[in-house]
Formats: sequence, structure tokens, C-alpha cells
Amino acid sequence: MEGFLYIGLGVLVVASYLCLYRIGRGPTPPDRTVAIDILGVILVGFCALLSLLTKKDFYMSVAIAWALLSFIGTVALAKYLEGKGLDE
Amino acid sequence: MSEYIGLALIAVGLVFDLFGCVGLVRLPDVYTRLQAATKCVTLGTCLILVGSCVCAGLGPTGAKALVCMLFVLVTSPTAAHALARGAYRSGVKLEPPVVVDKFADAQAESEEA
Repeated sequence: MEGFLYIGLGVLVVASYLCLYRIGRGPTPPDRTVAIDILGVILVGFCALLSLLTKKDFYMSVAIAWALLSFIGTVALAKYLEGKGLDE
Repeated sequence: MSEYIGLALIAVGLVFDLFGCVGLVRLPDVYTRLQAATKCVTLGTCLILVGSCVCAGLGPTGAKALVCMLFVLVTSPTAAHALARGAYRSGVKLEPPVVVDKFADAQAESEEA
């Protein structure tokens, strides 16, 4: 079980590096924003696997907070791309 | 037994996550990247969370995993929708193979009326 979880963490790290490639190279600002959103969702899965590996449940609380904050950040960036203020 | 079911769910979720990120790197423009990455990664992360709930059993970890899955399932498509709208409004053009643009048609109609 532990070996499998370590392999899973490795797979998620590779996926995060693919997202980072898109954040670095993305030709337009929306490309980078998409990659940031996806990176946040992947890190939620990473926290869940860490919680299983270490048998500590506060990692799952981190995952919940991360999911909500990532959503708020993405919506704010989308509004910024649209060229509007946050209250419109 | 439930441990193996949970690990199988986590394995399927990891494969979906990885392929979503490969789509994010390989596809040609913002909208296709958004579509591939959001669908695959949302499903993959939800499967990882359900799998860790099954592995951990009833208790604080499993309950938090289910709540977190619900949040991801609701917020990720909403964020993708807002992003697609923001990308379109910020002036990113659709790539040449695209022939139908119903959003532009609807906007033209509403301006005429």
C-alpha cells in the first residue's frame, strides 16, 4: 500500500510539472490561468494521498481549504481577463 | 478488501489526472486545453478522493474526503465556465478548423434586436 501511494505521489508530481510547463510557455494569459486552475485541483488530490500515507486527517482539511481558495482565485482571474472589476 | 477497491479507484484517478495534464500540454488552443484538462482532472481528483474515503473507512478522514469531493465537483466546472468566458471576452480567437461560433452569433442577434 505504501509503495503504491509513493508511486501515486510521483505521478501527481509529473502532472504538476506538465502544468508548470504550460504556465511558463503559455502564449496567452488565459493559457496560464487555465494551467493555474488545473494545478490547484491536482494539489487537492496530492493532499488526499498525503493524508492516506501519513494517516493524519488534517491534510484533508488542507485539501478542502485549497479547493475553495483555488476556486475563488480562478474566478477572480477570469473576471480580470474579462476586463471588469470584481463587483460587476 | 475495501483497501484494494480504494486503491483501484485511486489508480484510475491518477491515470485520468496524468492524461488531463498531457492534454493541457499537447492541444493547440485555450478552449481545447480547457476542455481536456478540466474534464479529465475533475473526474480524476474526484476518483482519488472517493478512493481515499474507501481506504480510510468511516471517520474524520473519510467524511472530509467526501465533502472535498463535493466541493471539487461543484467548483471546478464553474471556474472553467468563467475562464472560457473570460478568455473569449479578452479576445482569444478560435483556431481555423472551428467553423461554428454560436456565442458570437447570439451576441450579434442581441445587438440587432
